[in-house]
Amino acid sequence: MRSQTSALGSLLVAAAVLCVLPFILSDYHIYLAAEVGIFFIAVLGLNILTGYTGQISIGHGAFMMIGGYTTAVLSRDHHTNLVVTMLLAFAICFVVGLLVGLPALRLSGVYLALVTFALAVSLPQIPLQYSKFLGGSGGVQSSQTVSNLWVYVAAWSCSAILFVVAWLVLRGRVGRAFRAVRDSEIAAVASGVELPVYKTLAFGISAAYAGVAGSLFVLALNGFAQPSEFDVFLSLQILVGAAVAGLGSLWGILIGAAFVGLLPQVSTSVPVIGAQHGRDVIFGAAVILVMLLLPDGFAGLLRKIRRPARA
Amino acid sequence: MTPSAAATSGTSAVSSAETSAIAGFRSRGSALDAGTATVVLLLLGAAIFLLIGCLQSARFATLTIEGIALGSVYGSLALALVLVYRATHVINFAQGELAMFTTYIAYELGLHGLSYWVAFALTLVIAFSLGTVLQVTLIRPVQHRSVIAVVIVTVGLFILIDGVVNWIWGGFFKTMHSPFGYASFDVGGVAIPHAYVGMVIVVFASALLVWALFRFTKLGLGMRAAALRPAAAALVGVRVDTMLAIGWGLAAALGAVAGLMAMADPSQLFLSTTLMQPILVYAFAAAVLGGLESPAGALVGGVLIGVSTTLIIGYVPQITSEMQLPFTFVVLLLILLVKPSGLFGRREVRRV
Repeated sequence: MRSQTSALGSLLVAAAVLCVLPFILSDYHIYLAAEVGIFFIAVLGLNILTGYTGQISIGHGAFMMIGGYTTAVLSRDHHTNLVVTMLLAFAICFVVGLLVGLPALRLSGVYLALVTFALAVSLPQIPLQYSKFLGGSGGVQSSQTVSNLWVYVAAWSCSAILFVVAWLVLRGRVGRAFRAVRDSEIAAVASGVELPVYKTLAFGISAAYAGVAGSLFVLALNGFAQPSEFDVFLSLQILVGAAVAGLGSLWGILIGAAFVGLLPQVSTSVPVIGAQHGRDVIFGAAVILVMLLLPDGFAGLLRKIRRPARA
Repeated sequence: MTPSAAATSGTSAVSSAETSAIAGFRSRGSALDAGTATVVLLLLGAAIFLLIGCLQSARFATLTIEGIALGSVYGSLALALVLVYRATHVINFAQGELAMFTTYIAYELGLHGLSYWVAFALTLVIAFSLGTVLQVTLIRPVQHRSVIAVVIVTVGLFILIDGVVNWIWGGFFKTMHSPFGYASFDVGGVAIPHAYVGMVIVVFASALLVWALFRFTKLGLGMRAAALRPAAAALVGVRVDTMLAIGWGLAAALGAVAGLMAMADPSQLFLSTTLMQPILVYAFAAAVLGGLESPAGALVGGVLIGVSTTLIIGYVPQITSEMQLPFTFVVLLLILLVKPSGLFGRREVRRV
């Protein structure tokens, strides 16, 4: 009980801070905070799949791309309300996630990693081929653009809603089934878990989260969806965020998302390392160090700090 | 009993089917079952189809030859992936970036006035040491944890190498000349670029060397034992950790061959950090087509992927070169759905 109260307390504090932030931050910093919110959603989604169900995906950037293009194309062609496009991005990515999850039923471990990686590398080629509809390498410009504050509010509202949804899903029957699949598929089947249902469901939910994140990602880029923004590095970043946060726990996600969302901006101001390659060096080194030194990410670190004696 | 002699007896205790599986480069030997026969027949059929096509049309022949040359590069990287997979059952996602990095090293050595082939040899040595060091420092500590942990470390390595290369060499495109020149042989009206012939020869020669190492040396025997039965191998005196590190080194060296031969393609004008990213996906498809456990399968798979993509892009107008990656993705998915064990793989039997 005590740990639940303290968890609830820290959540409330986080929510309060997020409500106050827009009044004290500059417009640019609001943009950065919105970016963190976007990665929060994506990392949360990946964690449901990889951390809780044990299915690795190196292709979540692909789902973000589908969500982002959904928003941009609908806004360009039909001037659809942006919130509606986000809901549609959620629905479309849920279905696509189920479809990708279907072959994943027969694949596990490295095979799934291979397939999702190949998906992330090959999907940005599609707009180049269907350039009339998807704008080619130049991208798609949505007809409406929104302020950074709008994206901030939308990103963190979605984060809050999706976090609660994830928490509710994971603490109940479905979450138990997911964890059973992760720990041993054979044991899970033996105890009556319908493997196909839960594996595809995890993929669907996870992809839908990434879809919303992608939709917001495009809105944060002034409504501009471009293939180069969704290259394989985006997928790798989400995985890095999930690893830094700690797989199989919801409490480190804020740190993982902040790491992935803020590092590119912070590292540009670091003199020696500077531009993009500096970001990559730090990203790569950091994720390797985290895996070597903190096997359970920051969530594991938090747990250790809270209960050092029992470790 | 000396360690190597012990390793020999340790391996011979394994059943004959498994022994030929460790040999890997050999086919199943005497146990030529129906599946293998079908595969061999299919490959023979494909070869005859290609041969007839080449005799019929010069364009077909040009495309086929290009496909074989590119496919051997995919096969070389796939072979690197397979070596790592056989030993540790993980995929090194940084294998392509490692190959790209070593290609930059060869470029740098060339700038310092070394002749191409001296730089080539030196690069392989550097790649080997790099692979070994990476395995010892980064992979070994997480190896026993989980597949996901190792995959994430290799993903970290992927990003790190990309950053380091951009840091050292900058993002500008570099040019590297093909060591085989830009001339062509003329065979019955079909132009065969020297470079394509050279690429195929270098890739297959290096694969043959690796095969000989595994097949005929005590070191290779130890590596096979360490890959098949780590615990048993350790009991009979094989240094399993050392063997795995050497395996990573060999894989990195084969990757370097793939990177350098990718640059030897006359149509590959610039060296950039994204050089190996698409090739890695083709190599994945090749390795999976070959069965992910079979070195020979990786090479055959590479050539098959190379030839089929060039022919399809050449003849099907709807599939342009932009669609080569998505097409390969679909092929990869289909192989995994229809025949996850690939052409030469064993069906995985797991003990609960």
